[in-house]
Amino acid sequence: MSDYQHEVDLERRSATAARLFDIRLIIGGLFTLYGVIVMIAGFTASDADLKKAEDININLWTGVGMLLLGLFFLAWIKLRPIVPPTAEELAALQEDTD
Amino acid sequence: MITLAAGLRLPTNGLDYAILAIYFVVVLGIGFAARRSVKTSLDFFLSGRSLPAWVTGLAFVAANLGATEILGMAATGAQYGVAVVHWYWIGAIPAMVFLGLVMMPFYYGSRVRSVPEFLLQRFDKSAHLLSSVLFAFAAILIAGVNLYALSIVVEALLGWPQWVAIVVAGLFVLAYITVGGLSSAIYNEVLQFFVILAALIPICVIGLKRVGGWDGLSGTLEKKYGHSFLTAWDGTGIGEPNALGANWLTIILGLGFVLSFGYWTTNFAEVQRALSAKNLSAAQRTPLIAAYPKMFIAFLVMIPGLVAAVVVPRIGQEGSDLTYNDAIPLLMRDLLPNGVLGIAVTGLLAAFMAGMAANVSSFNTVFTSDIWAKYVRPGREDRYYLRFGRLVTAVGVLCSIGTAFLAATFNNIMGYLQTLFSFFNVPMFVVFIIGMFWKRASMKSGVWGLVAGTTAAMVNYFWIYKQGIIAIPTDQGANFVSAIVAFVVGAVVMVAVTLFTKPRPAAELAGLVYGTRSPGLEEPPAKGDDAWYRKPALLGWGAIILAALCYVPYSF
Repeated sequence: MSDYQHEVDLERRSATAARLFDIRLIIGGLFTLYGVIVMIAGFTASDADLKKAEDININLWTGVGMLLLGLFFLAWIKLRPIVPPTAEELAALQEDTD
Repeated sequence: MITLAAGLRLPTNGLDYAILAIYFVVVLGIGFAARRSVKTSLDFFLSGRSLPAWVTGLAFVAANLGATEILGMAATGAQYGVAVVHWYWIGAIPAMVFLGLVMMPFYYGSRVRSVPEFLLQRFDKSAHLLSSVLFAFAAILIAGVNLYALSIVVEALLGWPQWVAIVVAGLFVLAYITVGGLSSAIYNEVLQFFVILAALIPICVIGLKRVGGWDGLSGTLEKKYGHSFLTAWDGTGIGEPNALGANWLTIILGLGFVLSFGYWTTNFAEVQRALSAKNLSAAQRTPLIAAYPKMFIAFLVMIPGLVAAVVVPRIGQEGSDLTYNDAIPLLMRDLLPNGVLGIAVTGLLAAFMAGMAANVSSFNTVFTSDIWAKYVRPGREDRYYLRFGRLVTAVGVLCSIGTAFLAATFNNIMGYLQTLFSFFNVPMFVVFIIGMFWKRASMKSGVWGLVAGTTAAMVNYFWIYKQGIIAIPTDQGANFVSAIVAFVVGAVVMVAVTLFTKPRPAAELAGLVYGTRSPGLEEPPAKGDDAWYRKPALLGWGAIILAALCYVPYSF
C-alpha cells in the first residue's frame, strides 16, 4: 500500500504546519469587536429603534451576547494555549518543503 | 429558486456596512493566515488531517447551513408549519450519528482523501471515475446555485446590481480558498456558524414577542390553518391529504433514511470536514458534535417561518408578490434596528459564501486528487498537485458563476437541491452501504448500482411524476418517492450484477468492509480522548435520544 504510506508521510509533515494558526483568536477578536460596536449602538438607541424591536433593546442584548462569546474564546486561548512548534520542528518543515 | 419580492430593501446605514466590511476583511485575513500552514497538497485539500473535533464539527454543520438552507427552511416552515422539523430531527440526526459511529472508521481508517476514492479502493475504476465526475459536476452546480441566490438576495436587500454581487462574492471565495485551501474554508465556516446564530436568535426573540409569545403564535396559526399546522405528524397517514404531500412512510423511508443518509454520509462537501480531523476519534466526533447544534437550528428557522406566516398573512398567497422565501428578509426589515441588522446581513452573506466555498473546496479536491492525479497526470511530485489544486479552484469558481443561471427554473430552492441529491447522492449511498457491509459485492456491481439508481430516480421524477403517470401532490413528496425508488433499484441491480461477476480479492478489502481491519488503524488513542464526554457512542446515542425527545411536544 504505497499510497497509504505516502499519505501517512504527508500527514507527519503537515501536523506541525497546522499548529501555526489558531482560529480561536480570530473568533474571539471579531466577536469582542462586534460585541462592543453593537452594544454602543444599543446605548445610543433611538425611540424608533426600540419601537421597531418590540421595546427590546436588541442591540444591547445581542452586543452583550457577542461580547461574552468573544471573551470566552479569548479566555480559552489563555487557559489552553496551543503548543507552538519547536525551532527544530520548524527547521525540519522548511527542509521538507523548500 | 429564490425570487425575493421587490420593495424588500433593507434600511441599512453606515453602521451596518461597517460591520459587513469588517467581516470581509477578516475573511481575507483568515485566508492569508491559513496560507502559512499550507505546505503540501494534503494541507491544501484536507488541512493536513490536523484539526480538532470542535472545529471540524462546527464546520460540518456550517457547511450545510448555507443561506439557501436558511431561507429555504424558513420558507418551508411558513408554508407547511411545524412539519419542517422533519428535515432536522429525522432527516439529519440519525444519518449524522450513523456516519460518525458506523462509517467513519472505514473512511478515516483507509486514509482516503475523498468519498469517491473510497469507491476506487472498494470497487473499481469505473465506479470511481463515474462518482468523481458526477460529484464534481454537482458541486459546481450547487456552488452556482448559492452564488445566484446570493446575487438575488443582495439585489433585493441592499440594492446592488446582480452582477456586482456575483463578482464580489465570487472573487472573495476564490481568493480565500485559493490562498488558504481547506483550512481557510473550514475556519471561515466556524466563524460563520457563530455569526449566523447572532443573526437568527434576535429575529426569533423579537418575532416571538411581536406575535405574543409561543402561545400567541400557536393560537393564531391554529385558528388560521388548523391544528395540523402545528404538529409534525398530524395528517401523515397513508392516503390522508396534507400540505407536505407525503405520508409517514415516505417521510421515514424517503427523507429520514434514503435522502438524508445519502446526503450526510456520502456528500463529500460534508464528509471532507470530518476527514480533515486530526485522528480517528476526532473524525468520528465531527458529525456527532455537529448533530447537537443542528437539532436546535430547527427552532431558529422554524420560528421565523411561523412568525412570518402570522405577521404577513399574504405571504406565499395567490396574487401576492411575497413568496415564502421572503420570510426571513421580511422579518429582518421589519424587526431589526441598525446594528443587529448589519449582523444579520453579514450572517446571510457569510452563509451564502460558505455554502459556495464548501462546494468549491470539495470540488477542487475531487478534481485534483481523483480525476487529474489518477487518470490524467499521475505520479507527479506533491508540489505539482498543490499548484494544480489552486488553479482548479479558480476554474471551479468561474464555472460556478457560469452555471448559476441553471437554477432559475425551480421556485423552491430546497426542492431543487433535493431533486439533485436524489439523483446523485442516493445511488452513492446504496453502493456504500452494500459495499461496506457485504464482502461479496463484486467490483463491477459498484458502477452498475450507481448508473441504475441515478437512472431510476430520473425516470421516476421526470417521467412518472412530471408526466402525471402517478399523481404525487407536491415536488417534495415526489422527491421522497424518487429517493426510495433509486435506493431499491440500485440495491437490486447491485445484487444481480454481483451474482454474475467476480468479487474483489479478500486481501484488498482490509479496512474497507465491515469485519476487517485496515493495516494502519492500530493507532493508540490520543491523550484525553478516553474521557467519557468524548466517547463517540455516548455522543451519538445522546443525539438520537434528544432528537426523539424534541418530537414529543409536536406530536399530539
